[in-house]
Amino acid sequence: MSRLFTTASLTSGVALGLLAQAGAAHASSNMPQMDFSNPLNGSQVVWLVIILVVLYLILSRWALPGVGAVLATRSQRIQRDLDAAHAAKVEADAAVAELHAAIKSARDEANAEVARATEAAKAAAAEQAAALSARLDVQLEKAEAEIAAARHQALTAIRPIARETAALLMTRLTGQALDEAQLNQGIHDALAARGLA
Amino acid sequence: MAGPSIDALGQFRLTTGLGPIGHAVNFTNSNEMMLLSVGLIIVAFGLTLRTRALVPGRMQSLVETLYEFVHGMCVDTIGEEGRKFFPLVFTLFIFILLGNLLGLFPYFFAYTSGIVVTLAMAMFVFLFSTAVGFYIHGFKFLKFFVPAGVPGWMLPMLVPIEIISYLSRPVSLSVRLFANMTAGHVMLEVFAGFMILLTASLGVFGVVASIIPLGLNIALMGLELLVACLQAYVFAILTCLYLHDAVHMH
Repeated sequence: MSRLFTTASLTSGVALGLLAQAGAAHASSNMPQMDFSNPLNGSQVVWLVIILVVLYLILSRWALPGVGAVLATRSQRIQRDLDAAHAAKVEADAAVAELHAAIKSARDEANAEVARATEAAKAAAAEQAAALSARLDVQLEKAEAEIAAARHQALTAIRPIARETAALLMTRLTGQALDEAQLNQGIHDALAARGLA
Repeated sequence: MAGPSIDALGQFRLTTGLGPIGHAVNFTNSNEMMLLSVGLIIVAFGLTLRTRALVPGRMQSLVETLYEFVHGMCVDTIGEEGRKFFPLVFTLFIFILLGNLLGLFPYFFAYTSGIVVTLAMAMFVFLFSTAVGFYIHGFKFLKFFVPAGVPGWMLPMLVPIEIISYLSRPVSLSVRLFANMTAGHVMLEVFAGFMILLTASLGVFGVVASIIPLGLNIALMGLELLVACLQAYVFAILTCLYLHDAVHMH
């Protein structure tokens, strides 16, 4: 640690001493750039002018226009590519719109077709149903008429059977014939009580 | 003074370059570096313009970035008229930028650290922008020194101030660049010289202690890279501003 300190202090001491020495050297010697008595100081400006003029001519006539042309070509190329991409995008958008329109019209057409078919089917079904119900009505009427006829027949047949049966029963039970009018009245009452008179 | 000493200013000493021919025409070591800069610029642009790739490589990207950076700076600062001045601003910018950056290499002469070089460029910018002002506006350009919306009794005070500030433009423009580059190179050389002196005078301890100036120099090199780019940018943007003043007078 102490050795490091010694080294550091020695270094800074020497550095300070050298700085002073260098400062003294500066003070004693003038800057070469300011030594205008040196003919080279003037002659370098003459050559500077010649070199700069040549450099200007090279740059302005050949180098800079060339690079400018390269840059212009590139920007034109980029612009052209951008334009092409833009046109392609517009085209693609149009195609997509066309596709959408086609899909929409096809769907509409299909929907109309389905609606038409449904209507036709409904109409046919309704027609069939009407025909069927008309036939059924006719059959029903016929059946009802038959039933009514059968019922009438049955009802007209039941009275003599009842009278003969009742007369036979009374004869067997009492051994004498029953008054015809009384028998008819009783049968009529019985039938009326059952709602068959 | 015994032993080695730090000659921090020797790096700025001009000598003649390119052998006896250069010696005969006083072609200096700073001019050699200028030629190197111009050569590098030509090579960079040559590579770019030889391929002219649609998707640029590294060198082409660098050149295009510099082009668009300076072009944007001209158009943003001067306006649409800036396109005319773009080659000029680009020439100054790339010349100063390469001078600053190449100067950071050891043994390379930093020509932007010479006051006569920076003053010559600054004087050119000053004279050129003034000429542009008079060319566009004629003698109305003198109204530039009369601030608008100022009460008349203040003008005798303000007009001289405006003129002095205008005339000081080339001085500040040149001294800013020269002083930044000179100070940076002096500091780099002083710290590097410390390392040599420490090693020479303290032996092993000196070698260990040299780590301090070495670390400082590494940090300083990063700072100098920033300064090199920043000062080239400052010179170019101020050139644009002066041209804007000349074109638009406000």
